[in-house]
Amino acid sequence: MKQFQYTITDPLGIHARPAGLLVKAAKALDSTITIEKEDGKSAVATKLMAVMGLAIKAGNTVTVTVEGGNEEANAAAMEQFFKENV
Amino acid sequence: MQVATGKSILDGIAIGPVHFYRKVDMVITPVSALTPAEELARFATAQAKAQEQLGLLYDKALAEVGEDNAAIFEIHQMMLEDDDYVEAIQSIIETQKATAEYAVSTTGENFSATFAAMDDAYMKARAVDVKDVSHRLVNILTGVGEASLLGDQPVILVADDLTPSETVQMDKSKLLGFVTRKGSTNSHTAILARTMNIPALIGVDIDESWDGKLGIIDGYNHCVYIDPTTDLHATLERKRQSDLQQRALLQGLKGMPNETLDGRKVNLYANIGNVGDVGLVLQNDATGIGLFRSEFIYLNSHDYPTEDEQFAIYKQVAETMGGKKVIIRTLDIGADKQADYFNLDKEENPALGFRAIRICLTRKEIFKTQLRAILRASAYGKVSIMFPMITSLWEVKDAKATLAECRKELEDAGIPVGEVEIGIMIETPAAVMVADDLAQEVEFFSLGTNDLTQYTLAIDRQNPKLDRFYDPHHPAVLRLIRMTIEAGHRHNCWVGICGELGADSTLTETFLRMGIDELSVSPSSILPLRKIVRSLDLSKESQV
Repeated sequence: MKQFQYTITDPLGIHARPAGLLVKAAKALDSTITIEKEDGKSAVATKLMAVMGLAIKAGNTVTVTVEGGNEEANAAAMEQFFKENV
Repeated sequence: MQVATGKSILDGIAIGPVHFYRKVDMVITPVSALTPAEELARFATAQAKAQEQLGLLYDKALAEVGEDNAAIFEIHQMMLEDDDYVEAIQSIIETQKATAEYAVSTTGENFSATFAAMDDAYMKARAVDVKDVSHRLVNILTGVGEASLLGDQPVILVADDLTPSETVQMDKSKLLGFVTRKGSTNSHTAILARTMNIPALIGVDIDESWDGKLGIIDGYNHCVYIDPTTDLHATLERKRQSDLQQRALLQGLKGMPNETLDGRKVNLYANIGNVGDVGLVLQNDATGIGLFRSEFIYLNSHDYPTEDEQFAIYKQVAETMGGKKVIIRTLDIGADKQADYFNLDKEENPALGFRAIRICLTRKEIFKTQLRAILRASAYGKVSIMFPMITSLWEVKDAKATLAECRKELEDAGIPVGEVEIGIMIETPAAVMVADDLAQEVEFFSLGTNDLTQYTLAIDRQNPKLDRFYDPHHPAVLRLIRMTIEAGHRHNCWVGICGELGADSTLTETFLRMGIDELSVSPSSILPLRKIVRSLDLSKESQV
């Protein structure tokens, strides 16, 4: 299991469009990726409505967990995704 | 003849037969006669078909209303593939031996209820999207066609409500205008209608008996006439024709400078009341936004709008205007504009009461939330800020100090902030009298002529009995305007007008001769005003 934390900088947070991009990116990887908010709510990254349901805003710090498959490479890919998109 | 009123989305007139659109009350049979495997296959086929429809809709929207407005359909496509959504549907089919349409409609209701219950305005609004997607699937499954919305003849469409996808997929050559019972002027549907230039009324008490009758939407007067009298029909038809001619004529003025024959330039900016108006601003070729009435954000909300909510709106406007000036007026609430959650006391003289900057300087936390949102948005475009209802120098100094405080807080937190021009509204005689002092504190003045007239002539604008006494052309008002311009120019402060007088074509020459730098008017007045400016020659003897 690999984990990293990321603080959202996109002023609109993870709204519908970036949530869609995240789902696409997560589906392309062979690990199970979970996103957890500070308040303990979490969602599997391949589920659009669940991710939108977290209503993640600018300034929120999320913990991203990567489990199974090529954890090393997939965690790096996810971290890259967050930096570039949200 | 019947008359019904509502809220108009676009100044324009539409005349034609009324087509009453009934959403087919779908009879959904819960229990299937087929096996779950067969129902699952029906669902999969419908899902693929819906994907295809949404793809086409996205392309159509992209061509007609641009990428930002089209993106909604891309999100619909993703919702349609969402794991949780699909699994919920499949599970209902399997465990309850239900029909696919029953499973979709139940799941759609559940998911949209979840979104509707969220305490985030943006996510709340997504409830409609989930419903729209589910509705599409149910339509496909029950074989209800999509083209049934309009007939062969161009019509005025009357419906309870229209979703964004219904609005976009309609054939524009068959749609003269629409009238709905539900909807808000800021809904996606309203914005699309405005972008597509279709006269529309919302919030109308519609009646099925109108179906097939002749209807006229009068967007100027916020009403719809059914079976109009011959006279009224003729009058409004003439108005519609002259609108068309005018529009064609004015299109030729797009891209032309706002310059008199002798080379005097003036800025023609637009007044807007909500984000949806930005499309009109660009369509009418305004060189900037001279008055963004931020109070609509407060009036359309049930609680104080948050910094993030406001920021998203200001940023969208600043970005859409692409480097053209956007002057945001800070909260101008009180008097005739009330929001319940402010809990303002009833007053004897609301126009002379607790309103605008007076509220902001008293309830500083509300003011700071807005100022921070505006400052953050200034990193994304050319944003100016304007304080309303100023009477004294200390008010300007206080407001500026609070603004500086907000800027420092943001900068310390590493949040980007742009350059922001600061100005004030001149709408009280007191402000005119001390304009020389005020001009040294700010970079521009904008004359609010409606209030300036009310406060100068001691006339309550809300009292219709006083109409004959309310004269914005009163020499006292014009003299105050001249004094303001002169005082501003003595201190390098540019001066504009954002009140209704700015669009008064009988005064355009007078204002230019006084040296006005900017006129900010409703988007539809920009091109007519440009036409007048371009016909004037200030080097010749005055004609007025």
